[in-house]
Amino acid sequence: MNSENKIVQIRNLHKYFGDSHILRGIDLDVEKGQLISIIGRSGCGKTTLLRCLNCLEILDEGTIKIDDIELSRTKDRKEFEKKVSKIRNKVGMPFINSIEENKLDQDFKLKAHKLRTKVGMLFQGLNLFPNYNVLDNIIIAPKIVQGKDVENSKLHAIKLLAKVGMEDFIDRMPNQLSGGQAQRVAIARALAMNPKVMLYDEPTSALDPELVDEVIKVMTDLNKEGMTQIVVTHSMNFAKNASDIVVFMDKGEIIEMAPPEEMFSNPKDSRTRDYLKLLAI
Amino acid sequence: MKSLLYSILIFIFTLNLSSQDKDMLRWAADAESGAPYVFQDPRIPTKLIGFEVDIINAISKELGIENKHFQNQWDGLIPGLKRNDYDLAINGLEITEDRKKEVAFSIPYYITFQQIVVRTDSKDIEDLNGLEDKNVGTLKGSLAERILKEHGNITVKTYDSEASSYEDLKNNRLDAVLIDEPVAKYYAGWNPALKLTGEPIGEVVYGIVMRKQDTLLQTRINTAITKLITSGKLREILEQWDMWNYMVALYLDDKTVSNIKPVKYEAFLESRKTELSFDDYVERYIGYLPILGEAAITTIVLSVLSMILAIVLGLIIALTRVYAPRPLSFLATTYIEVIRGTPLLIQLFFIYYALPSIGINMDPFSAAILGLGLNYSAYEAENYRAGLFSVPRGQMEAAVSLGMSRRQALKHIIIPQAIRLVIPPVTNDFISLLKDTSLVSVIAMAELTKRYLELSATYYDYIGTGIIVAIIYLIIGLPFVKLSKYLEKRYSLDNNTKSF
Ligand SMILES: Nc1ncnc2c1ncn2[C@@H]1O[C@H](COP(=O)(O)OP(=O)(O)O)[C@@H](O)[C@H]1O
Ligand SMILES: [Mg+2]
Repeated sequence: MNSENKIVQIRNLHKYFGDSHILRGIDLDVEKGQLISIIGRSGCGKTTLLRCLNCLEILDEGTIKIDDIELSRTKDRKEFEKKVSKIRNKVGMPFINSIEENKLDQDFKLKAHKLRTKVGMLFQGLNLFPNYNVLDNIIIAPKIVQGKDVENSKLHAIKLLAKVGMEDFIDRMPNQLSGGQAQRVAIARALAMNPKVMLYDEPTSALDPELVDEVIKVMTDLNKEGMTQIVVTHSMNFAKNASDIVVFMDKGEIIEMAPPEEMFSNPKDSRTRDYLKLLAI
Repeated sequence: MKSLLYSILIFIFTLNLSSQDKDMLRWAADAESGAPYVFQDPRIPTKLIGFEVDIINAISKELGIENKHFQNQWDGLIPGLKRNDYDLAINGLEITEDRKKEVAFSIPYYITFQQIVVRTDSKDIEDLNGLEDKNVGTLKGSLAERILKEHGNITVKTYDSEASSYEDLKNNRLDAVLIDEPVAKYYAGWNPALKLTGEPIGEVVYGIVMRKQDTLLQTRINTAITKLITSGKLREILEQWDMWNYMVALYLDDKTVSNIKPVKYEAFLESRKTELSFDDYVERYIGYLPILGEAAITTIVLSVLSMILAIVLGLIIALTRVYAPRPLSFLATTYIEVIRGTPLLIQLFFIYYALPSIGINMDPFSAAILGLGLNYSAYEAENYRAGLFSVPRGQMEAAVSLGMSRRQALKHIIIPQAIRLVIPPVTNDFISLLKDTSLVSVIAMAELTKRYLELSATYYDYIGTGIIVAIIYLIIGLPFVKLSKYLEKRYSLDNNTKSF
């Protein structure tokens, strides 16, 4: 397979929180248009991996390349840790803890920002902006980040809303939506920035069971259109039926990755087997 | 946002430049000091009368120039003089050695003594010795206070206004009041519940106070007073107010008998003694309205401008505290703690009286806005901080991952959500600020509470005037409560009218 098809390339990615080594050398390639499911025990580092891809956490070592943007760091750990803990201990900084970029140099910041524009992220909770209605939730970022014309982005937003089946709700406020509707709007909101890759962190875990399918349908539709997607999930059904590749993580490492048929019928590593067995019970 | 702050500051400092007309007698007195000194005319409350008003008018006539009254708290008369807020102060200020170190006095314009006042039923008090082991009231910083303390064995309670001391005497909280004779005569003399008792005590000499360096003014004033003495004008004024006494006669070396009628004293008594009908009360309170209305406007303007300053400054401070790098955020935190940890009164005094010594001289209005604004900005900053913290952190992350900078996220996502949570506490603060404006009378601002005290000192009518003033405060606050309800609705999360 030629490397031009690889839209995401992660090499030897390490991430620490204080003394704990959370990501221990992740290597992962994703091809254009693939839907990758990441599974693994709670606490194994799945969320942290996605957050590193979105630069909400800054990698401590390794390389992330998405599309044509490459973000690289070699370890300079001691000094870095000191800075991190200093910032973390600082009282009265509610939002900064996880967004560490402000202590990085300008060049790195710029790259991180560019990288971020390549990816759209759907968080675990519901994160629509409650002070804007559905339509404004979608056009606010294009408007203020890219300076797009409001009328055009409205048309575009309505198309995106139609794609996620929410075109009848453009005037609603977020607190008037069900969880599934909110997640679909959030997907449209991320798509409005024309990302190359979509990241989802357990997109359906906060939803009532009957609302799960409508969100999954949006993701499979996007898959058909050729969107590259990385989905952290606890739903083996989803991993089995919707994804091209399933990745199993344990304790900050990728243990095994394979197409779903192979992963679920014939897991190679004993840790994968243990995990799948645990779920089967 | 910043430009709003700048325009407020510029507004404040331009106010500073107002009214410095040179050839004018700029004199100060506390209208709350009451009869017979300087007080509001019972018939026309907007007009000041009193024997000192008459003296000033006579002096300015003598000098051929206009005069203008400046209101200031009695305690603040000399500090205000030193700040150049006005050029002279006349308000029963005794010529003492201590004061002479700070300011210059004119030649005396009146001499009197200390008078003991007791309840009508009191028997055993006839002189200073009779005051031993008793609760005795007097004015703060007066000669009487020193006499009482030097005598010893007397429990001295000091007051800002003679009216309150007499009120306490009537209510048995005091056994006697020792006070300048004119005050005793005008406040207690006609009151059936109180009586004057005992021989004159001490000697009290009043002079007009000026800055030491204004020697030319001192000469002019002294010349004018001398002319008033020789022409008999001073005696006429004192006789009209029924204040001529043997001490003044000795000082002026004038032993003649005069047939000038104490018309002004009688007019004063008339205004006291007549039983008022309901209609009279209505008429009196209607007479208050212009002066209270003006004071209410001062209070509103003061509150609104201070609150705007507090809101804008508070936001800057809160954002600095939460988001700025360490040294700055530490400064913001320190500012908040210092302001919240010290009394507003001291901050006002500091701004008004201490800053001039480093060259920052503000008029009372600017100082009041700055004092209240800075004080409340600390509280607003804490409100905003609480508001910012209560916005879930996922909101910032969602905004940032959509490519917004932190600044953009704050402006479009975080602050609008924080505002919604902050409106109720900010409204509360505005209402307390409205009431805290009453404190600025200490820096020579004639706002609503000060006018209340003046008017009630003139009429001894604390209840009726008090109710009217309370109602005015309520009425002023009401529109802002409504405004806050409206804003709450507007920023409510169910409201979907706003769009791009
Ligand atoms: N901001 C943070 N500070 C310190 N530890 C963290 C932070 N975020 C996550 N962790 C820790 O990192 C580990 C991996 O977390 P996470 O990536 O959320 O796991 P997962 O999403 O797979 O459940 C957990 O042990 C978690 O406690
Ligand atoms: Mg997770």
